[in-house]
Amino acid sequence: MRTWIEKQLYLIDFALASLARKKAKHFGLLLLFAALVFVLASVSLYTHALRRETQSLLAASPEIVLQRLVAGRHDLIPPGYLERLGTIRGVQKIQPRLWGYYYDAVVKANYTFMVAPDMAIARGEIVVGPALMRARGLAPGNGVSFRSYTGELFTFIVGDVLPQASELVSADLVLMHEADFRAFFKYPEGHYTDVALSIANPQEVKNVAKKLLNQLPDSRPILREEVLRTYASLFDWREGLMLALLSAAILAFVIFAWDKAAGLSAEERREIGILKAIGWETGEVLSMKSWEAILIALAAFLVGYLAAYLHVFHQHAFLFEPVLKGWAVLYPRFALPPHIDGLQIATLFFFTVVPYVAATLVPIWRAATIDPDAAMRL
Amino acid sequence: MIELSGIRKVFNQGRHNEFCALSSIDLTIPAQRITVLKGPSGSGKTTLLTILGLLARPTEGRVKLLGEAVSGLPERFLTEIRRKTFGFVFQQFHLLRGLSALENVILPAYPLGLPRRELLAKGEALLARLRLDQRRNARIEWLSGGEQQRVAICRALINDPQVLIADEPTANLDTRLAKEFLAILESLAEEKRTIVLTSHDPLIVESSLCDRIVSMRDGRIIEIYDRR
Repeated sequence: MRTWIEKQLYLIDFALASLARKKAKHFGLLLLFAALVFVLASVSLYTHALRRETQSLLAASPEIVLQRLVAGRHDLIPPGYLERLGTIRGVQKIQPRLWGYYYDAVVKANYTFMVAPDMAIARGEIVVGPALMRARGLAPGNGVSFRSYTGELFTFIVGDVLPQASELVSADLVLMHEADFRAFFKYPEGHYTDVALSIANPQEVKNVAKKLLNQLPDSRPILREEVLRTYASLFDWREGLMLALLSAAILAFVIFAWDKAAGLSAEERREIGILKAIGWETGEVLSMKSWEAILIALAAFLVGYLAAYLHVFHQHAFLFEPVLKGWAVLYPRFALPPHIDGLQIATLFFFTVVPYVAATLVPIWRAATIDPDAAMRL
Repeated sequence: MIELSGIRKVFNQGRHNEFCALSSIDLTIPAQRITVLKGPSGSGKTTLLTILGLLARPTEGRVKLLGEAVSGLPERFLTEIRRKTFGFVFQQFHLLRGLSALENVILPAYPLGLPRRELLAKGEALLARLRLDQRRNARIEWLSGGEQQRVAICRALINDPQVLIADEPTANLDTRLAKEFLAILESLAEEKRTIVLTSHDPLIVESSLCDRIVSMRDGRIIEIYDRR
């Protein structure tokens, strides 16, 4: 065993020396490989973090959100609607909600204005999300003005800033007093944006949704699991779109890797011949060349993955933001909480490092099985 | 030590450029002697050397090493025998550029997995013996032709082989360096090693150090002259 380890150390030694001898070629290969890993890892880390964030947020959301439709469009919940909901069996809690979107032309971002019934917010005060605070340069105690859709200017005092625990949901939030909200959006008294419903038995969610549709034909119940599924497909679609865009780059890398790493030069063939002539077995040449490929691939993987981590979690994935976020680029910029998944790393590793090492071995094996006397004639 | 019988070697067999490099070779290489294969270019010296050193297989015929037939053995076994029995000094030295003299010397021993300290000591001792200890860390391309040849000899000796094979060892050396090589050869002969050389350099062929002279022409042995 000790001899085997010593032998592998010699082979690694030789592989490192061999890499150092052709610095330019191997450095170029390493950079290109790292760039490929960086791009793939960025897409993967970003979409994975988004999915995870969405799942954790929606886990705490109501089982059903009920909207009212008029002429196929979302409309306000009128007075008397809540009372009718209360008669439906299975509905445990009814929470009418007030929220709306506001486009801030100053920073070119969309905010969500919302009334938080469980938070005591004084009239004329607001509680803002961390991204909005950054975008507008706000701090508690500052005043901020928004022009409503009627053209009227409203000034609020920032009472507090929401915690950063989940920026995805809180980044663009502006929480305010119900009276302020109604005044800003000109919402009539007794009207609501939608209703959050808690269901006593989670197994009965679909049945309750059917009952809602039967009794309130102008309603649209949105189930939490449907939202989760929609988000999952959306992220999968975006990830797929991004990977499709990158496929040309991946193909270019494969061709480059095959040509530069695997397609051996006359000099490399000569070296293999010499090694065989001085007593190296085909297997030992293959092991040494495998170490070479593994060292390049591992270094590139580490560099690429680390760069992707920094890009996604510290630089907001600025390179791929428009594709991955879609219309959400209008959202105030939010930071995803860093998260690394073992399976995700293993998958990326399997689809980058393993094919590269395998691709380099075939031509090396072909070169290593030549008669060693060929070396004497080179 | 090595017996060749009925050796024939054909390159590109069955193709339009088929070429018979050796035919009807019967030769015995005695142990602990210096044998020289001499002949003009294209006479088949190097091809015969590669077959003697188990670097290539004959198209026909048999190679025996210490009485055992080895030419039909699988490549893995041949490599094992070659590693333990033969040391090679190639005409162009075939040293690896970018590596130091010491790294080149110990290269054939890497697959054996010897303890590093032991292997380095062995390599350094060989370099010191051939007066290269001051140049052990110099990259191979920085060395002169004579120094490179001595490194190649050290590399051939690192696994302590019984047989040293050298192809045209003085072809790239001037007279002074060629004489230096002869001195090294003498010291190796004193260690009772079997040495096989190819050469058409009179300095080697006419040297009293050489025990047997095998003359070749057009892929055949035309004369064997035994000095002992």
